[in-house]
Amino acid sequence: MSGVSGGPLRRFAGAIGAVLLLGIVAIVAPHRAGEAVSTIGFSLTEMLLVIPPIFVLLGLMDVWVPREQLMRHMGDKSRVRGAVLAFTMGSVAAGPLYAAFPVATVLMRKGASTFNVMVFVGAWSTTKIPMFLFEFAALGGTFAITRLLANIPAILLIAVVLTRLTPLPAIDRPDAPPVTN
Amino acid sequence: MFTIVFYIIAATALLLSAISDRGRTAQALHKAWRAFAGILPEFLMIIVATGLILAFVTPTFIATLVGEDSGVLGVLVASLSGAVTLMPGFVAFPMAALLLQKGAGILQIGAFVSSLMMVGIVTFPVERKTFGTRVALTRNVLAWVFSLAIAGILAVVLGVLA
Repeated sequence: MSGVSGGPLRRFAGAIGAVLLLGIVAIVAPHRAGEAVSTIGFSLTEMLLVIPPIFVLLGLMDVWVPREQLMRHMGDKSRVRGAVLAFTMGSVAAGPLYAAFPVATVLMRKGASTFNVMVFVGAWSTTKIPMFLFEFAALGGTFAITRLLANIPAILLIAVVLTRLTPLPAIDRPDAPPVTN
Repeated sequence: MFTIVFYIIAATALLLSAISDRGRTAQALHKAWRAFAGILPEFLMIIVATGLILAFVTPTFIATLVGEDSGVLGVLVASLSGAVTLMPGFVAFPMAALLLQKGAGILQIGAFVSSLMMVGIVTFPVERKTFGTRVALTRNVLAWVFSLAIAGILAVVLGVLA
């Protein structure tokens, strides 16, 4: 967690770098840069429109849901119910994948198990209900349903492997770092 | 529409929270803002990088590479295009349908859609910040392997049922 440590210039180094790259593209291939700018405008609008309720809910969850309660429902001993809850939370989500990680941070801090956090991220990435509806409409029911059914075991397997193979320093630790800085 | 539902849920929750405890509600909003401000640099980088990538990885570009006869190489190209790209579903799925019409293979499109959803190369900085390098890397590699497997399943099912 680098968080808010470091000066603003350092924090925004990646973003500034990307903008500089955009500047280079604008000189070399103005047409492409134009397309990039319109996509960026679109994504910024999406971020500003979609993200506020997610962060408000995240803040409310952080303040109102007691750690013991979240641990009981999504912690190491939560079993199938915890996984179902994690899967549901990820699936009903709206918003791009990058918005899932701040929520995952709160879940981790509140004592959700590694497995459940990974199920949540997996579900957010690929089995979101709004996405499924778009997929159904664009690519047909067989495609959308097959992908959904194939994704569920994939998400669970990834979560199992990650739980077994990889220690998560921030997870399962009561003194895990806060959401930011 | 789902965004509206989320706004309604968030507004209701916020209202209930404010009625029961104003101090805590202010604290929650403060935390929400801090979480957002903390991750904003990564968000901005992701958005600019995605814009740049999508300016080059266009549907026409992908369609030329992932035709029905493009084989394993086409699957890999489709899968890598999906991994480096980030786009909302309501853009991605119509685009995938368009690619199919333009002659892309179902295996290739399955690989593209699956890795697009599951693998996040541009979102990697945020993921690393959240889970650490090892977990983030492992998750993405596993997701990529599974996205290829799912593409295979899609091709079999749609080939059988078509």
